[in-house]
Amino acid sequence: MLEIKNLHVSVDGKAILKGIDLSVQPGEIHAIMGPNGSGKSTLSHVIAGRDGYEITGGRIIYQGEDMTGMAPEIRAAKGIFLAFQYPVEIPGVANTTFLKEALNAICRYHGKDELDAMQFVKVMREKTKELGIPEDMLKRAVNVGFSGGEKKRNEILQMAILNPTLAILDETDSGLDIDAMKIVAEGVNKLRAPERSILLITHYQRLLDYIIPDKVHVLAHGRIQRSGDKKLALELEEKGYAEFGEAAA
Amino acid sequence: MVASIDTVQQVKELTEEKYKYGFFTDIESETAPKGLNEDIVRFISAKKNEPEWLLEWRLKAYRYWLTMPEPKWSKVFHEPIDYQDAYYYSAPKSAADGPQSLDEIDPQLLETYEKLGIPLKEQERLSGVAVDAVFDSVSVATTFKAKLGEVGVIFCPISEALESCPDLVKKYLGTVVPYTDNKHATLNSAVFTDGSFVYIPPGVRCPMELSTYFRINAANTGQFERTLIIADKGSYVSYLEGCTAPMRDEHQLHAAVVELIALDDAEIKYSTIQNWYPGDENGRGGIFNFVTKRGHCRGRNSKISWTQVETGAAITWKYPSCILKGDNSVGEFYSIAITNNYQQADTGTKMIHLGKNTSSRIISKGISAGRANQTYRGLVRISPKAKGARNFTQCDSLLIGDRCGAHTVPYIECKNKSAIVEHEATTSTISEDQLFYLRQRGIPPEEAVALVVNGFCREVLQQLPMEFAVEAQKLVGISLEGSVG
Repeated sequence: MLEIKNLHVSVDGKAILKGIDLSVQPGEIHAIMGPNGSGKSTLSHVIAGRDGYEITGGRIIYQGEDMTGMAPEIRAAKGIFLAFQYPVEIPGVANTTFLKEALNAICRYHGKDELDAMQFVKVMREKTKELGIPEDMLKRAVNVGFSGGEKKRNEILQMAILNPTLAILDETDSGLDIDAMKIVAEGVNKLRAPERSILLITHYQRLLDYIIPDKVHVLAHGRIQRSGDKKLALELEEKGYAEFGEAAA
Repeated sequence: MVASIDTVQQVKELTEEKYKYGFFTDIESETAPKGLNEDIVRFISAKKNEPEWLLEWRLKAYRYWLTMPEPKWSKVFHEPIDYQDAYYYSAPKSAADGPQSLDEIDPQLLETYEKLGIPLKEQERLSGVAVDAVFDSVSVATTFKAKLGEVGVIFCPISEALESCPDLVKKYLGTVVPYTDNKHATLNSAVFTDGSFVYIPPGVRCPMELSTYFRINAANTGQFERTLIIADKGSYVSYLEGCTAPMRDEHQLHAAVVELIALDDAEIKYSTIQNWYPGDENGRGGIFNFVTKRGHCRGRNSKISWTQVETGAAITWKYPSCILKGDNSVGEFYSIAITNNYQQADTGTKMIHLGKNTSSRIISKGISAGRANQTYRGLVRISPKAKGARNFTQCDSLLIGDRCGAHTVPYIECKNKSAIVEHEATTSTISEDQLFYLRQRGIPPEEAVALVVNGFCREVLQQLPMEFAVEAQKLVGISLEGSVG
């Protein structure tokens, strides 16, 4: 599914990622944990293809194809989805309009017929119902006036509708109270599927109480310092990231 | 939104020339000699068999025009206009005797309108919108006249109205925009050739949208149409104009005048989709769109609402305004102005509150890209007698790229203590975050920009009649073609 090989990334000449290796199989959930400033968000943005990051070495292989240098909308069409840490507001554009535009752009990329209005409404109804999201959220302008919890749920809804094969959740739990986090986690669990891989980027282990990962990696100082299973997250909870601070010093 | 997808497809269909309406129709036309003098004014008047009073009015305007300076207060820059280097009258020859029905119209002309997306023959069959088509200096076709006649609505070329209802024309012409108003309006008064005339009788709600399409075709020709709309007591009309021109290297002058009169309890909704040729990406050619539009809420409880989508023209100089004379009258101005490449726009409105409890609302959305510059210029004047007057103004500017400019120049003159006047303004850009967010969802950059801009303009787009809203949305995307990256 996703193979990252010796990935080096700089921003404004400063090295942020210094040789990342990561291998995610179909259906797996991997959690990437680490202290602030360790390069977690950089990694998620680079996989999604955001401008402004210089790849100084290594490769990102997704479904056997080298993604390096590919435009973000092409990566999206190929099934990569990034749930944003800070979802962006698009004033005046209704959520439905935005989702229809996105879904149809992806259909066009694959040379498929676009959905007509009726088909689209059906998909929307189905997904909102499945995730327990009120339909009125669809009529509102994208993320405008949304609470923190609503914004994150909106990301999950978009993910459900765009149906990606690789979903990256960038600190989706940040800023959420425990109830909102449970709702989001429930949404993610519903989208767990044998053909879909999920990369959970998180600072805290509490999210992993609700979404059980197959693997946990600790990212610090631009490198993956340790990998393990769910137990590693619990260990981190107890000891903090201090160990990795020293390791890199 | 389907609109921005269509936009991108349409843009792709075009060759390197991005202006879809840039074709020229080879039609035999009858043209007056180049230049401007009293003889030309007399020639135009004679061509139209006009009554003596109108010729006198035109001549007064012409003589006054000679004494007037060019308006200098707007923030637009261009070489001085050589008024002698243009034709002031050009008419498709086949229309010389006036077509009696669409069957008598030059097929090539009909084809031209088909290309513009205005199939006149279809329009005659499909109910919904009545169209008056003005080609260079004359009106070539008006559809649905008979059906409108049943309810007493007059919708015809102004030249025809001068023959069929001269008293109405004489009573109202020049009462909102006098021939002394400004240099461009005065020139129009002297040499106006055609335009639409609308009269809605008392108590009638016009059963369909009325629409006029203006097309400049001939080279070196100015277009000077004059539109006069009168909504009598308790009536309602919604009117839309659209405009296009071929691509030419030289500038062409378009100096139109629109006068609206709303009597007691009447309402006029006037929408414009202006898509004149904007010039090429280096600023060569394009229409000078110097237009005077003004509405007079003459009666109590009357309402005039302007909606404009200004995407074309090399320079736009235009301030659709409302004189709120009747007590409780309402004026509205909804505007989208898009400038790309080297386009310039100085546009806005004037809301003149004279009556008691008059209210006005101004929503202006300006989008600048490339090296374009635009200015919102608006006057809100509350006269001493306008007790309880109310105004709300919102001016939002969106900048795309770092070489364009947006300027907001509000003038507020308040002479009555009971009035409430509000002005809000914002300036923003399309952020890199927004673009990345949309692209991450699979939307290519140009569609993403069209989507954000359509969202930015939504409040104004919503004001357009349904039939035209989609067209306007597409236009928004097309106008910004090439502005990303």
